[in-house]
Amino acid sequence: MSVAGKPANGPKLAWVGVKKRLGGRDVLQGVDLDVAAGRSLVVIGGSGVGKSVTLKTALGIIPADAGEIRVDGEDVTHADTRRRAALMAKFGMLFQGAALFDSLTVWENIAFRLIHADRMPRAEAKARALETMRKVRLAPEFAERYPVELSGGMQKRAGLARAIVSRPEILFFDEPTTGLDPITADAINDLIVEMVKDLGCAAVSITHDMASARKIADEIAMLHQGKIIWRGPAADIDHSGSAHVEQFVHGRADGPIQAVV
Amino acid sequence: MNLFARIGYPTIGMLREVGAASLFAARAARACFDAPMYPGQIARQVMRIGWLSLPVVGLTAVFIGAALALNIYTGGARFNAEQFVPNIVVLGITRELGPVLAGLMLAGRVSAGLAAEIGTMRVTEQIDALTTLSTDPFKFLIAPRLIAAVATFPLLVLVADIIGVMGGYLVGVGSLGFNGAVYLRNTLNFLEAGDVMLGLTKAAAFGFVIAVMGCYFGFRSKGGALGVGRAATNAVVVSTVLILAANYVITSMWPS
Repeated sequence: MSVAGKPANGPKLAWVGVKKRLGGRDVLQGVDLDVAAGRSLVVIGGSGVGKSVTLKTALGIIPADAGEIRVDGEDVTHADTRRRAALMAKFGMLFQGAALFDSLTVWENIAFRLIHADRMPRAEAKARALETMRKVRLAPEFAERYPVELSGGMQKRAGLARAIVSRPEILFFDEPTTGLDPITADAINDLIVEMVKDLGCAAVSITHDMASARKIADEIAMLHQGKIIWRGPAADIDHSGSAHVEQFVHGRADGPIQAVV
Repeated sequence: MNLFARIGYPTIGMLREVGAASLFAARAARACFDAPMYPGQIARQVMRIGWLSLPVVGLTAVFIGAALALNIYTGGARFNAEQFVPNIVVLGITRELGPVLAGLMLAGRVSAGLAAEIGTMRVTEQIDALTTLSTDPFKFLIAPRLIAAVATFPLLVLVADIIGVMGGYLVGVGSLGFNGAVYLRNTLNFLEAGDVMLGLTKAAAFGFVIAVMGCYFGFRSKGGALGVGRAATNAVVVSTVLILAANYVITSMWPS
């Protein structure tokens, strides 16, 4: 399979030796990670280890201090604002709190990129938004509501619809199940798997939720002290051979990772 | 900590903040002229920043005009100069009190509102979301607010001038025994276009300061509700100080 004219065997997105210092702390100390088209990578790790920062360096929201971000093999680490805006057409992101715009209705949120970046006529954009709402199983009667009128699960669905509406090549999920009950969380996981398969995109998710990681990942990587300390197929997570991974997977306070309290 | 460190660290911190705010202002100003423009957003901000500020500006102006007339009458009576009330009221309102008091009221209403709104967007990752949706936050969020403030503040001050003068007129005619027609004739005869232009120039400058400071502190806010609250407070305090400083600078540079 090839996406955007690139061979399927090369990584769609890669972090190469990415470093970032924030607030006097070396949050990322040389992250090397990549994901190919059609694959789903989940990054696990404790709170504050830099999982969100890793995603944001790829988006250019937080600039990397050193290393490279490559999209389709092209170094985009220092892309200017105009190039960055064009590059963002390849990305979709579901934020932890959904990050829907309070002042816009649900359908306007979903169609935001189509209306404001792609300059699509509003009627056409609304039709696309409604179609995408159906895909994420969000009933059309919520289209004219405002985000504050939706439950947490519905907000996640709306956020997911906004992320996929323009059929991105790379999808990011930041703690997609945080704050949701187990049933809603499982429904969101199912949707993520379905959408990634449907779009054939490269997906990178970050989570603490091992049930979610097992369900949506082809591969799992663990970030600890600013570096990827283990990476392997999702099926190998229970016999990783890494004391750090085992402690994290089993949620034990005792082990090489110190609990932050 | 030694004396140099006590003075040096805050000084460096302040200079860093001034530099960051200046760069933010320059980027915001440039975004106002770069495509794409968002006319719908500009129109929405004109309504929110301009139209919805009319009541507070109008009420401020009418009471200031009325109180000014009373004070000038009291002071003028000591020199048998009570007849100058209309002249001094119109001069004081158009050149100074109209723009400055409207600016200070708007620093509270608009600057705090912008800082709270944009600060909340920052801490809930809505600004990051804009970036991921191929939309430059400076063009979509900041530029429309800046354009709206710079365009509507002179109009608000023009309204404040008229209402302020009418406040003086009501007191002059109602309480101080002035003839209405004479009061208005003296007002119009004494007023020069330059007086009004000075006030409107100040208003545009204050609009720039208020919008930039509100957006700047909101854009940089972090740390949840506490951070947003701090951003709103800082926006009002810094806008207020900058308005008073800018008022002096513009007045002193204005050809007499």
